[in-house]
Amino acid sequence: MNEILESIFSINTLAAAIRMVTPIALAAMGGAFSERSGIINIGLEGMILTGAFAGVLGSYYTASPWFGVLLALLAGGILGAIFALFTIKFKADHVVAGVGLNILALGATTWLMQVIWGSRGSSPNVNGLEEISIPILRDIPVIDKLLGTQSPLVYLMFILVISGWFLLFKTPLGLRIRMTGEHPEAADTLGINIKGVQYFSVILSGVLSGLGGAYLSLGHLNWFSMNMSAGRGYMALAANIFGQWNPLGGFAASFLFSYTDAVQMRLQGLNLNIANELIQMLPYLLTIIVLAGAVVRSRPPEALGKHYEPGGEG
Amino acid sequence: MNAVELKDISKAFGGILANDGIDLTVKEGEIHCILGENGAGKTTLMKILFGLYSKDSGRILIKGQEVEIKEPRQAINLGIGMIHQHFMLVNRLTVAENIIAGDEPLKGIFIDQERANSEVEKLSQRYNLKVNPAARIENISVGEQQRVEILKALYRNAEILILDEPTAVLTPQETEELFQVMRKLKRNGKTIIFITHKLKETMTISDRVTILRDGRKVGTVTTSETSPEELARMMVGREVVLRVDKKARKLDRPIFEVRGLSLHNKKSNLYLKDISFTIEKGEILGVAGVEGNGQLELEEALTALRKIEQGQIILKGRDITGLRTRERRDFGLAHIPSDRLKRGLIEEFNLERNLILGSEWQEPFARRGFLVKRAIQAYAKRIIKEFDIRTSGSQAKAADLSGGNQQKVILGRELMRDPDLIIASQPTRGVDVGAIEYIHNLLLEMRDRGKGILLISAELDELRSLSDRIMVIYEGTIVAEGKTEDFTEEELGLLMAGQGLEGVG
Repeated sequence: MNEILESIFSINTLAAAIRMVTPIALAAMGGAFSERSGIINIGLEGMILTGAFAGVLGSYYTASPWFGVLLALLAGGILGAIFALFTIKFKADHVVAGVGLNILALGATTWLMQVIWGSRGSSPNVNGLEEISIPILRDIPVIDKLLGTQSPLVYLMFILVISGWFLLFKTPLGLRIRMTGEHPEAADTLGINIKGVQYFSVILSGVLSGLGGAYLSLGHLNWFSMNMSAGRGYMALAANIFGQWNPLGGFAASFLFSYTDAVQMRLQGLNLNIANELIQMLPYLLTIIVLAGAVVRSRPPEALGKHYEPGGEG
Repeated sequence: MNAVELKDISKAFGGILANDGIDLTVKEGEIHCILGENGAGKTTLMKILFGLYSKDSGRILIKGQEVEIKEPRQAINLGIGMIHQHFMLVNRLTVAENIIAGDEPLKGIFIDQERANSEVEKLSQRYNLKVNPAARIENISVGEQQRVEILKALYRNAEILILDEPTAVLTPQETEELFQVMRKLKRNGKTIIFITHKLKETMTISDRVTILRDGRKVGTVTTSETSPEELARMMVGREVVLRVDKKARKLDRPIFEVRGLSLHNKKSNLYLKDISFTIEKGEILGVAGVEGNGQLELEEALTALRKIEQGQIILKGRDITGLRTRERRDFGLAHIPSDRLKRGLIEEFNLERNLILGSEWQEPFARRGFLVKRAIQAYAKRIIKEFDIRTSGSQAKAADLSGGNQQKVILGRELMRDPDLIIASQPTRGVDVGAIEYIHNLLLEMRDRGKGILLISAELDELRSLSDRIMVIYEGTIVAEGKTEDFTEEELGLLMAGQGLEGVG
């Protein structure tokens, strides 16, 4: 019993959670932007997966992991642009388009892996991002273990989540995004370019998810494997809702999930008399419980998932 | 000089001409009414002027300059502001945020919240439009929301203000306040276009009136040289009787009684508190109140569409509180729902099917589990004739009928069941003057035949001309009840706004 408690409350578990939260929190923030502008984004999963693949691909050809990150951002952005095109211009149902995007991303990455590396399982090892060590954080006792030495993308995630909050709640663009997702017609009558706002938000969500993917394949590990995102996009979707469409809230919710994930992994190492498969279910179970319990209180943007056409023809 | 000139504007929606070669000239600094029935094309015309709809043909001149307005941004830049009938406000944002969005004062890359608030404050004082910049839209009254809408336009330096049916949601007092604001705006040199279908308001506030009917312009007249009767004739296209004849009635026995009805609507956080009333045979009891004060909850509670927490509902001496909607209907309760399209009809169904809704499993419409087409058709044809429903036939879809005729379909279906009590909620909403006349007479006829009627309406004139007694509902409580002739319009207005009778001078 003590062992269990220890594994739940140890500093190492917490450190592992911080490592694992990065892709989920980034994608959750992407979800926040997309959905605040009115576009339901189920496609986060596919965007993460594509980002992870593009990251490894970039590093494989140039031997530079940073070039891989750049390619991941670009790939995420392109996927975001495709998704935006379907949902905004062609008015596809957001959920259907998102699911389609995920299937496309899984199929395309698996196929490309076969074509490029001749394997459907995983890519060869590539150069990953080196961990960096931050002088001041490194010198504080407990903080050192958590944040002293991490992948640069972990630090970048913290900076982005905080900037994302400022962007969404303190700048004109943020106000316009929120207005568009709540009441596009009102935004339209104020002369706000609602389509521009939506394209920006959805593409940004792709870029952020792509970055999350790059962390998976270049920060956390240094190779790509089939279906590497493993449901993190859906967790991010849940975290975004639980976090009330707010980057900071999304981070907190993502942390809850990744912490559970870290605990789950520690528990597996303890050789308890429970099937590992059951323990592995923990974070997913929590996702379901949180969503079922939280949905009652959460309040999505009012025009989420709806199509608005200026000019009165819609 | 002319602020706005529209020349030969046409606009069709799916083959139907909403605007058919309309000319309109609005002089600078005047209050110009656009008067017409629902569906006459008023809002379409104004949405074209504001860039929300694209016109099919025609020209627009602002201050003598020909312009192209393809989107609201261009209209705003030309000094046009529009206050929409359905407010364009984001519930979750603050008053100030709603006003400044799209044109935000900046401090670096961030919104300058303080300056936003102070600028809103300044405008609000200048035009006497009281608002609280920091309040969220969802927490303020409808009257205040409208002031926010006006401030939105003024913040963008609008010189020409379009107000689309602004009084529909206001109490008489709020309407009077709005008129004062409009007069003040006029003194400040603003041009105001006021869209309405109400004759009284047109006569009170406007300098000139342009009348539209069926998408065409009927004419423009100077208000001081016309009369309500002339305007009504131009608007409807024939003589209209603006009054209804109501026969005197004698006291009769109660047929419907509600005792201590209470409930809580969690979604809107509205409580109905201890509602009690009685309706006699052959009596119309009117429910007056500003929308959202519990009328909908009351309507739903009485028809068992919403659960009640306490209270008793008694029809013909029997406690029907425990009965479900269908059982109550079978026991003699008819319902004209306030939301015709959501609850009254299935738009995609044809009239035959709509007319048997609620009886579709009963003889003669169904036998051994199958619908009997011939019986249904004969029944539908009878109702169409009896209730003067203008349609291409019993196979026509409900969606293809005008609002007035859709309402007649519902009335036909409900009244053919020979009910004892009719709950009529907003029975003439969105209905043209001709149909209003018909529905009013029909309700009075039902009353004279001994039915009890609960009439829930936002139209004070309608309540006052039809009801035998009126009760006023405010924040879920009945704040006053009495004979219709015991209240003046002003008193009703004050009561609806939550002020007691002692406030009347």
